[in-house]
Amino acid sequence: MTTVLRVQDLVKHFPVRSRGVIRKRIGDVHAVCGVSLDLQERETLGLVGESGCGKTTTARLLLNLVPATNGEVWYGKRNLLSLSRKQMRPLRRELQIVFQDPFASLDPRMTVAELIAEPLRIHGRYAEGGRAKVRELMKQVGLNPEHANRFAHEFSGGQRQRIGIARALALEPKVLVLDEPVSALDVSIRAGVINLLADLQRELGLSYLFVSHDLSVVRHVADRVAVMYLGRIVELAPTEALFTRAAHPYTQALISAIPVPDPRKERTRRRIILVGDVPSPVDPPSGCRFRTRCFKYAELSEPEKLKCVNEVPALVDRGHGHPAACHYAEALQML
Amino acid sequence: MTDVLLEVENLTVEFPTDDGVVTAVRGVSYELRQGESLGIVGESGSGKSVTSMAILGLLPKNARVSGSVRFRGEELLGRSDSELSGFRGRKIAMVFQDPLASLNPVYTIGDQIAEAMLAHNPVSKQVAHARALELLELVGIPNAKQRMGAYPHELSGGMKQRVVIAIAMANNPDVIIADEPTTALDVTVQAQVLEALEAAREITGAALVLITHDLGVIAGHANRLCVMYAGRLVETGSVDDIFYAPRMPYTLGLLGSLPRIDSKTRLTPIVGSPPSALNMPPGCPFGPRCPMFAAKCEAEEPPLYYATPDHHAACHFHQRLIDVKPGEIFQ
Amino acid sequence: MTDQLEVTPATKAPETGGFGVRERTQTEIVVRRFLRHKLAVGSLVLLILIVIIAYGGAALWKYDLHSTPDISQPPSWEHPFGTDGPGHDWLARVLRGLQQSIKIALSVALIGTVLGTIWGSIAGYFGRHVDNALMRLADLVIILPGIAVAATLASLGEGTWWMIAVIIGGLASANVSRLIRGVVLSLREQDFIEAAKALGASDTRIILRHLVPNALGPTIVSATILVAVGILAETGLSFLGFGVQSPDTSLGLLVQEAAGAVNTRPWLFYFPGLFIILIALTINFIGDGLRDAFDPKQTRVRQ
Repeated sequence: MTTVLRVQDLVKHFPVRSRGVIRKRIGDVHAVCGVSLDLQERETLGLVGESGCGKTTTARLLLNLVPATNGEVWYGKRNLLSLSRKQMRPLRRELQIVFQDPFASLDPRMTVAELIAEPLRIHGRYAEGGRAKVRELMKQVGLNPEHANRFAHEFSGGQRQRIGIARALALEPKVLVLDEPVSALDVSIRAGVINLLADLQRELGLSYLFVSHDLSVVRHVADRVAVMYLGRIVELAPTEALFTRAAHPYTQALISAIPVPDPRKERTRRRIILVGDVPSPVDPPSGCRFRTRCFKYAELSEPEKLKCVNEVPALVDRGHGHPAACHYAEALQML
Repeated sequence: MTDVLLEVENLTVEFPTDDGVVTAVRGVSYELRQGESLGIVGESGSGKSVTSMAILGLLPKNARVSGSVRFRGEELLGRSDSELSGFRGRKIAMVFQDPLASLNPVYTIGDQIAEAMLAHNPVSKQVAHARALELLELVGIPNAKQRMGAYPHELSGGMKQRVVIAIAMANNPDVIIADEPTTALDVTVQAQVLEALEAAREITGAALVLITHDLGVIAGHANRLCVMYAGRLVETGSVDDIFYAPRMPYTLGLLGSLPRIDSKTRLTPIVGSPPSALNMPPGCPFGPRCPMFAAKCEAEEPPLYYATPDHHAACHFHQRLIDVKPGEIFQ
Repeated sequence: MTDQLEVTPATKAPETGGFGVRERTQTEIVVRRFLRHKLAVGSLVLLILIVIIAYGGAALWKYDLHSTPDISQPPSWEHPFGTDGPGHDWLARVLRGLQQSIKIALSVALIGTVLGTIWGSIAGYFGRHVDNALMRLADLVIILPGIAVAATLASLGEGTWWMIAVIIGGLASANVSRLIRGVVLSLREQDFIEAAKALGASDTRIILRHLVPNALGPTIVSATILVAVGILAETGLSFLGFGVQSPDTSLGLLVQEAAGAVNTRPWLFYFPGLFIILIALTINFIGDGLRDAFDPKQTRVRQ
């Protein structure tokens, strides 16, 4: 296996400005803080976390859609973050993205054919056989090519998401960033899109970065999973290991909070209810960022607590077979 | 039966639109009994929310509602807004998806909970405030005392929703209707809100109508279940019956297409998408998406057949589904 | 619960085929909604009639702009709008004035809208310093007493109709630019713009292919309003003597010529005045109708 994308110490701070004319910088939203990842060829890496954890920003940073504050994203021999917009353009063919909202991500004034043809036009590939290519793409994602002249709003959510996928595939990319691709879809439609993505990956040899808040979806698609909390990766593990031996308390709480559509199991499940809310990313807690809600921290002795307050836990393997960013990590079976 | 709290009979809701009359709900009937938790599950557009809005008389004026809704034998449909407000909030409490729909942005949350109590009860302000604080603690709001003076915008989404639940508890209602109470929330926050809802049920002894699209939430929080599709109930029964022995292909397909955190089998999607309320297919509305489709399905819309005495399914061929796994009929 | 009530075509099921309702294009939806606005439809019919009369009528009418022997006649079958002191047939003059005013007004709308749309799109899309600079310029143009500036500029030139149109249109584009900037600011945040960036689209492409077409609704509405602005501004300028110059004429000039004789020959004043009001009113109603028709929230029956 070869690494296609390597992310190192990615940092993104968004300035918070005061109101009024001067708009003085009064602080920073610490959206992404030192994220390091690697994406292997033909692999699906799940990036999981709750809203505000920085997973979507990370996805945008990987594609150089927002400027990073710091860090490196290596694609082959090139650091994408050092490239200008113009230098980036040829690489856009190889790195594509599918957005969460199938309603907002398609220009309402364009027909399906125009939408799918747009990447081909931008990169000067439409003139030669573009029409046939569009038809072929529509078939590939399970759309009827006869509907090419319809507008996106005439389609249901699932079909729109297929249009978005076809558009991303038009330039034959190697890496696809999927930003919550099924979150906006109804259950009966969701499964079809998940299966389509799996089939496409197999046929086309794609690598996916699958961003999602939904661990049950991630379990179905991902080979490895990275769990994010407040801008940091707290646990990174092969999917099976994560669900059978979650080591970080946050991962454990997250898994336990996800309802299982199985009444008998659900009645007997142990549930970890976290207290409070995610702290503001403008002023994240010192040391371990999860400690303010951590059930384990609450049970620690005072000297032990000090370590959580003062020392940022490194994302390393503490003997659980995979790295977890908790000083007191302990593998637990949560299902 | 005396323990029936809410009885919905043949409820039908129509909306006139540009393109003709849309029948959002078609002949829905169910009973809610004392102390039970009834789940109503369906995808967007299935009419599950419209049903509860119709029960509460909260639909826009142009909606045409027919059928019958009885609360402890008293008919609610056709009553004026002022008559209904005697029931709403006091006997029947509501929790909506958007907590801001129920909270007033210019009052503190403590005042709002107390106000809910004072509106229907002859108690003093002090008593109301003391009770408000108690309720905030019950729904698991940390630092409840300080939060009493907070305004809604100062709270996170999960906390706002818990405040709404506290308001719902304020008058010891008989019924709590929760319409997608956790849809916009993160899972860890969803767990907090669902726990608050369970606490509310335990303390007030109210029966719960839990409307959601999430079968996982239903599995853990409902005893009985109604599955809605295209404005109709297509399957009703105990949660165990429906999850372990579904008799309607739609329910079976739904269960098969659900990614589950506890297993990793290939999903079996249902083809197509739900029909438009403007243009229902003839016969069974699920027919065009159904792998078991037959001539009879087009000729005749299936009624709710008895699968077992307490388990009904709207499928002509419900008997064929005994002991069938989703993967066996859906590919 | 809106998703339950809304019956947008998106909820229809083309996949299932066979029984899907016929899909409508956006144009059809807009036209259908516009036709429901009775006042706007009536106004549109009336406006088209006025335009036909202005051009068709002038070609058919027996008199032209030259004077006739009938001096100071009140309206009669021979001269339906009467005649003025030197004996000009007032109907012929009003028709000619209408032609000029309509021509100027349409040009104002075209120039103002195109310029304003480009101005606003660039400001809204690029944001930051570009936005600041362009919008401060717009503020400056807006706070200037427009009619005085236009009068000053017009007095430098020869008073040809297109010159006046360019001046009024240019000044009016500042208002349009503010409106379009607002629309573009919200469009810019939409995913489909980010999607275009992710595909490697250039800024020009994003503005021309995505932003401008999606701002079409407000653009058309502001264009109709500009037609009314154009008519009124031209009237004002010509009334003050800075607009269209004699021997040619326009509605404003006619009112100005008639102003001296309001007491003795009131008909000279009434007829051009009537047309000014009619045009301004009808266009405002049409603008209302278009605004409603383009508003995507207007999906349900009026209650």
